[in-house]
Amino acid sequence: MRGFRNIRARRVIASAVTVAAAFGLAACGTSGPSTTTSAKGLTMWALNDQTILKESVDAYNKDHPDEKITLQLYANDDYKQKLRVAFGANQAPDIFFSWGGGALDDYVKAGKVDALTAAQVKTDRFTPSVMQSATFGGKVYGVPANGLAPVVLYYNKKVLKSAGVEPPKTYDELMTAVGKLKGDGVIPLSLAANSKWPTLMYLEYLLDRTGGTQAFSKIASGDATAWTDPTVTKANQYLQDLAKAGAFGNNASSVNYDQGASTALLYTGKAGMEVMGTWEYANLVKAAPDFVKKDLGYVAFPALTGGAGNAKSIVGNPSNFLSLNASSGHKSAALTYLKDYVLDDSQVDAYLAAGSVPPVNGLESKLAATKSSDKAWLTFVYELVQNSPSFQLSWDQALPSDQADPLLTNVDKSFLRQIKPEQFGANMSKAGS
Amino acid sequence: MATTLRTPRTTSTTRTTRTTGRGGRRFSGALMAAPALILFGLFGLVPLVGVVALGFARWDGLGSIGWSGAANWSSVLTDGATWQALWLTVKVMVISWLVQTPLALALGVFQAPHGRLRSLFAVLWFLPLLLSAVAIGLTWQALLDPSFGIGATPGLHWLARPLLGSPDLALYTVIFVIAWQFVPFHALLYQAGIRQIPTELYEAAAIDGAGPATRFLRITLPQLKYTMVTSSTLMLVGSLTYFDLIFVLSGGTGGPGTATRVLPLAMYITGFQSHDMGRASAVATLLVAFGLGLSLLTTRLSGFTRMDSQQEGL
Repeated sequence: MRGFRNIRARRVIASAVTVAAAFGLAACGTSGPSTTTSAKGLTMWALNDQTILKESVDAYNKDHPDEKITLQLYANDDYKQKLRVAFGANQAPDIFFSWGGGALDDYVKAGKVDALTAAQVKTDRFTPSVMQSATFGGKVYGVPANGLAPVVLYYNKKVLKSAGVEPPKTYDELMTAVGKLKGDGVIPLSLAANSKWPTLMYLEYLLDRTGGTQAFSKIASGDATAWTDPTVTKANQYLQDLAKAGAFGNNASSVNYDQGASTALLYTGKAGMEVMGTWEYANLVKAAPDFVKKDLGYVAFPALTGGAGNAKSIVGNPSNFLSLNASSGHKSAALTYLKDYVLDDSQVDAYLAAGSVPPVNGLESKLAATKSSDKAWLTFVYELVQNSPSFQLSWDQALPSDQADPLLTNVDKSFLRQIKPEQFGANMSKAGS
Repeated sequence: MATTLRTPRTTSTTRTTRTTGRGGRRFSGALMAAPALILFGLFGLVPLVGVVALGFARWDGLGSIGWSGAANWSSVLTDGATWQALWLTVKVMVISWLVQTPLALALGVFQAPHGRLRSLFAVLWFLPLLLSAVAIGLTWQALLDPSFGIGATPGLHWLARPLLGSPDLALYTVIFVIAWQFVPFHALLYQAGIRQIPTELYEAAAIDGAGPATRFLRITLPQLKYTMVTSSTLMLVGSLTYFDLIFVLSGGTGGPGTATRVLPLAMYITGFQSHDMGRASAVATLLVAFGLGLSLLTTRLSGFTRMDSQQEGL
């Protein structure tokens, strides 16, 4: 997930990066532990906020003392770069964590990842729409490892009430709410535009609502000219309209998601709403448990009257995935772990207890039986995903990795209104061809 | 007479010892330089050659490397983004120099005389230099947050604006934070430089009736010439490759938009986010050439290479 990024990691990056930056000038040293696979055990890489996933490794290690998994956890920001460099240097772990999508497909195309059969890892237990993100050419290359992360609209009940606003169900209602909240002296929508990817979430939903799922699936299939479709321009127009109406306040471009300021704006009542992934719920519980109990509300992203899209469609990160390194020397052990320990019954319970819904079929009875204070939230997320006709993976993850930076840069420029709505598609089709 | 006769003999013996001595010194000099040369060769020259070669290749960091001729170069050189990044880099370089040099000089002059209070101040403003760029970046990012940062303090509400978020202000904010980090270092250079100026010069000038301003302009500044060259070279070449603080302050993207995407950051994004190592290497080569030219130019123009003494006749 994209939640937590820490200083230590930044240091590691910074030092690695200095090496890169200094290229020709004297530079030395790499960072991070060495990851040569020992004959006895296997290695696995994941993000450092995956504490529940770690329990599955512990459980596996308890049962398999002869062939243990050494789990190495990394911070979010440059995990992708680290993994890439490790694969390039043939020092990659046996099992690795990813977001699926275009970045995973890069490894698949380079022959670095093994396909997994339904029998090997019991794929039929997972939500089908989620498996799409790790399926390439009809073969599955990853096993979901944690909770569903669709993007939803959070709101502060107290702030909305005092402005006389109902949680918006349509784009028009959203625009009205923006006007009223602004009049009430609060930021209508808290947005961490400095990080760029939170802005992208708006565009993903707006395109989905305007042009339907096929608008982006055409682009994702490699047709760069599909960026110039009128619906892409229209989605950018909607985004710019929101910005022009002052929906994000004056300072959004200074707000960085990692600093936690966009989250804080919502629970301190300085902002009325926030569009963010479901991981934000855990952040809110950690930062302001009282707010979550009393004033936190959430709905699906508003519908668009007259748009071609289905209002039940969702975007976000279906899940994170664990994949098997094709050059691993411990494949059978790795498959045992993926099949019997990843998202097994105790893992599912642990995720639910933490307020996160894992992408596993048939959770209704478990959800009905739970006494957790997060029951309403868990049911909301589960039903949102179960009822959605499509679950679009975030564009920056879905596209090949060389397009992620042009995408985020152009989204930011569109948000800042440095480019016209139609220029966005033109720039992207150039970057994608 | 005896002395005059003896003198040449002594000289000749001295000469012979000197000659052998010189040869030995040459040898031991090479020996002493060897570790540095070997390290520089291994970690400086070898990667440099690799980068130049990679500039003519296509490599995504995963698959095999394939030659692509001058394709990277033509795409880098015809891309408007490269020139924009270069322009931003030059801007950072020049404005940093203009901001940092007077400040560092003033602080250096203030710190130079010995005194307990001065030492205390020196320690205080030396602190930023001890912090890592990442810590500095994260701290300033939090400080400059318009909602919860310094702008939330009563009396400082005028700071509650998107200093890092506005495309017009972000670059200057970044330059300010860079100056905050590096002025102490250059102040230290100037302090050391000033302490080396012989006091006789000041005493003589005082006797001649020169006031503090004249003494500063006529003695301190000319005597600091080489310190200034050293400091300026470090500043200019340093800001050319400056990366980490800008990376952190802009959330790793060189944003808002591309307002702070300097050339080293553009290189990193091309290489490690877009995985286009060939293109990134071409940009790196461009940076190396630029940096090398710049440091050669500063030392040549300033006469640093001649190493004339400034204390002739003292």
